[in-house]
Amino acid sequence: MRESLIMKIHYGTALASVALVAVHILFRLTQGFAESLQYESVIANYKFLPYAGMLEIILILLSIHGFNGLRVILLELKQGTGYEKSVTYGCIAAMALTILYGSRTIFMTSFGMV
Amino acid sequence: MIDERLQIPKTESKDIISPTKTITLRISRSNPKKNTEQKFDEFKIPYQKWTTVLDAILEVKKHLDHSVGVRYSCRQATCGSCGMKINGRPSLACFTKISELKSDVVTVEPMNNFPIIKDLAVGFERMFSTHKRLKPYIINEESEIKPGKKEFLQTPEDVEKYIQFASCIKCGLCNSACPTMATDSSFIGPQALAQAYRYVADSRDKGKDERLKIIDDSHGIFRCHFAGSCSQVCPKGVDPAMGIQLLRGYLLGFRD
Repeated sequence: MRESLIMKIHYGTALASVALVAVHILFRLTQGFAESLQYESVIANYKFLPYAGMLEIILILLSIHGFNGLRVILLELKQGTGYEKSVTYGCIAAMALTILYGSRTIFMTSFGMV
Repeated sequence: MIDERLQIPKTESKDIISPTKTITLRISRSNPKKNTEQKFDEFKIPYQKWTTVLDAILEVKKHLDHSVGVRYSCRQATCGSCGMKINGRPSLACFTKISELKSDVVTVEPMNNFPIIKDLAVGFERMFSTHKRLKPYIINEESEIKPGKKEFLQTPEDVEKYIQFASCIKCGLCNSACPTMATDSSFIGPQALAQAYRYVADSRDKGKDERLKIIDDSHGIFRCHFAGSCSQVCPKGVDPAMGIQLLRGYLLGFRD
């Protein structure tokens, strides 16, 4: 994949994340902050499917953005073909694992498995 | 009788010349071939208002220590040979007057992000090879002189797009100031990127896609963090940081 396309995705995920995290914070403000973190409140949020969907999207956006950012930082720290390949594939694997584990939590909670 | 007001006062020759001051010139000394560690040698050098740092270094070479390693040529900020760190800032030694530094101690060191050959002289091989890789010439199949087509006309607006970038003298000060070059040894660098923009923005050139392909790499244009140091140190008023941002516009689809 060309670097310009990767960076377009990087900038796009950043902008979308800012917008969606802002919505997420606004939702927290509808009730008291401490109250919003109570167990029942958190479970209720996950069971509200549009909101759970938004959390899933935030998870994907932040994982892509964050792990690509980590890849860029690591590529600037050290150079070498083997190192660069391992950084790239390592970051893709870590991103996939984060998305899978986060999605598992969201799906299990949304469908009442917790 | 002679009117006193018309008489020119007698002066000693020393009154005409501005008073000489002295600075301490600290020169970084190192020789990687002999594995010598970097150290600083200090010299007391007299200077005038117009004395440049290069003049002071050459004074040291001439009278105090012939072994100081320094590269220079034109002495008028045209050849780009005498780039070095002067009091921590990448500058051309021939273009920096000691009187303008406003310091009693002037420290000169080799430029950062370049391999040291000896003392103040650094190797430009990588910068020149990267510059060459970006095809720094007009690519146009019709550029050969053909009957009836001897020149490509440009409007002043066409020229305005790239002309400041054509002033680059390849002195390497921008690469020396670049924080990304300090950590990423494969980074193309502001000098070559600004030159890529110079040709991409030229209406006579048809090699835009070739050049954009080269810079669209994991160590290419997107590793620039827009610190802007390159533009601050350029002795010719080129703004590589702006060139890089304009070049990014082509890759991100904001420019054609």
